[in-house]
Amino acid sequence: MRPILAKGHERPLTYIKFNREGDIFFSCAKDHHPTLWYTDSGERIGTYLGHNGAVWSCDVTRDTRRLITASADTTFKLWDVQSGKELYSLDFEGPARYTCFSTGEQMCLLTTDAFMGHESCIRIMEMNWEDDSMRRVQDIYGHQGRITRAVWGPLNKTIISTGEDRTIRQWDVETGKELMCIEDAHKKTIQDLEVSLDGTQFITGSLDRTAKLWDIFTLEEKKCYTTERPLNAVAISPLLDHILVGGGQDAAAVTTSSAQAGGFEAMFIHKIYEEYLGGVKGHFGPINALAISPDGRSFVSGGEDGFIRVHHFDADYFQMK
Amino acid sequence: MSSMSLAGRWGDEADLEDEDVIGEFLPDVQVFGPDSKGIKTVIEYKVRDDGVKVKITKKIRCSRKVKKVSKAVQERRKWARFGDAKGERANDNISMVSVEQVFLEKPTLDGKKKEDSSDPLTALVNQNASLLVCRICGKKGDHWTSKCPYKDLAAAKGLETGQKAPEGDDDGTSSLTLPSKSGGYVPPSMRGGGASAGSGGGGGGDSMRRGRDENSLRVTNLSEDTREPDLQELFRPFGPISRIYVAYDRDTQESRGFAFINFVNRDDAQRAIDKLNGYGYDNLILRVEWAAPRAEQG
Repeated sequence: MRPILAKGHERPLTYIKFNREGDIFFSCAKDHHPTLWYTDSGERIGTYLGHNGAVWSCDVTRDTRRLITASADTTFKLWDVQSGKELYSLDFEGPARYTCFSTGEQMCLLTTDAFMGHESCIRIMEMNWEDDSMRRVQDIYGHQGRITRAVWGPLNKTIISTGEDRTIRQWDVETGKELMCIEDAHKKTIQDLEVSLDGTQFITGSLDRTAKLWDIFTLEEKKCYTTERPLNAVAISPLLDHILVGGGQDAAAVTTSSAQAGGFEAMFIHKIYEEYLGGVKGHFGPINALAISPDGRSFVSGGEDGFIRVHHFDADYFQMK
Repeated sequence: MSSMSLAGRWGDEADLEDEDVIGEFLPDVQVFGPDSKGIKTVIEYKVRDDGVKVKITKKIRCSRKVKKVSKAVQERRKWARFGDAKGERANDNISMVSVEQVFLEKPTLDGKKKEDSSDPLTALVNQNASLLVCRICGKKGDHWTSKCPYKDLAAAKGLETGQKAPEGDDDGTSSLTLPSKSGGYVPPSMRGGGASAGSGGGGGGDSMRRGRDENSLRVTNLSEDTREPDLQELFRPFGPISRIYVAYDRDTQESRGFAFINFVNRDDAQRAIDKLNGYGYDNLILRVEWAAPRAEQG
């Protein structure tokens, strides 16, 4: 395959998100402008101007009309996807890290980092789509250090969160109480979490060089995939029994080794047999963000090197055993 | 008078005439097709810088891909650019297609290390390869009988893995190995093993076709998607292969449905015929036979 190289960001990528149909995707980076792209051609459609710090993550509604972004300038912003207009902004005490709409998009969760005496926190917001605003419903405290990811469980009854404290926690949305906590789920910071398409499993990737597959109801560890690089990003293929992991040597240590030793390729692993299927090279820095399109026929990776690479699979990928 | 003045400037006239001639005799661009194979032919004529008229024939393969998209997606394709992308043109090079091809590379370090340590079978294979003889395809040191890619094939042929292979193999191998053990002269008619007598090509013909036609099989009724690696996978278990040739259509690059396979050993080839002739591959029934030498074909 011939990947499309998109050079729209001047700083390392942080997050990539497809819309529901997969025809466009959003990229977030440490420069201040989340960007919208066409998946087919890799053309840039527009940038969302308004943030004043690194943008850590984003989420888009099912109808691709509204985008929410979380930024280190301590704000969450709601955008009109088509025009790039800022509709609503919400300011917190600490840097905003992660955000995600609930199933049905009546609610939204936001996570903020520990900062200046404030603890890190998961905040549940109620969306008001009439005037594009949010109302604070519940604050959940409990994680030590930064919360890296938090996602909605089945039927929006629970929230599953991971963080620097190497735990996976399950929370009750109504009461804000902790239901379950897996101590030492990984040996190091958990960097990424993604829920499978059917919502029954999720996968975590950690700096301890492993990715793990979990049951979303019981938080039982199903599989463990060991690699030779710290993992920053994981994704589950919606089409085949494949998972995709990416990462690489820490940016600070990159200069001490050659690009080959860094492990900067995106690795495909068989979800069930835990076998390595192959790697896709290209980035010359660690991979920070990965996303497989909803049809499973292309994937996008974003690296510390500031490049976005859009890959459309060749026929041989689908014949691979 | 006017005719006189024209005649007086005969040099100019000649120059003009030359240009006219070139302009006149450059035919229009002709476009044929696309024909049934999707090949469009464009013929154009051009005068090169050195004054030589050339005919340029271009063959273009046309294909149409239909992709269904939802209305919302169709609508989004027309979105106006905004933000930093406003006023961006195609040649701004914000995004470009990579010049180099990227492959899904099979793992090297990660995978192998694990395999070596965990799989006692592979360790055994490395230690003592001669221990391993597949009872289905007769290949030595490659795989266990239970892992033979032709397991299902043997079953389909109504052959039981336990007893069938040895007899077939013994015929083939003994006739081949016996002369090589003694090291003496073997007449050409005997070199191909016992199987050659039954295959139609007599003793004399056999020696004639040594060279590139040696131990060559013709495989017909292949599906269009079949490529060399597929055939390699299919025929390799029978023995070492020296050449695989798949006939492709010159224009469309599609397989024409037949291929030639040369085995190093004749009895391997014979075994391949026995096993694979009539084998269902990709929904088609393969026909595998000795390739007729060129002389016979003509």
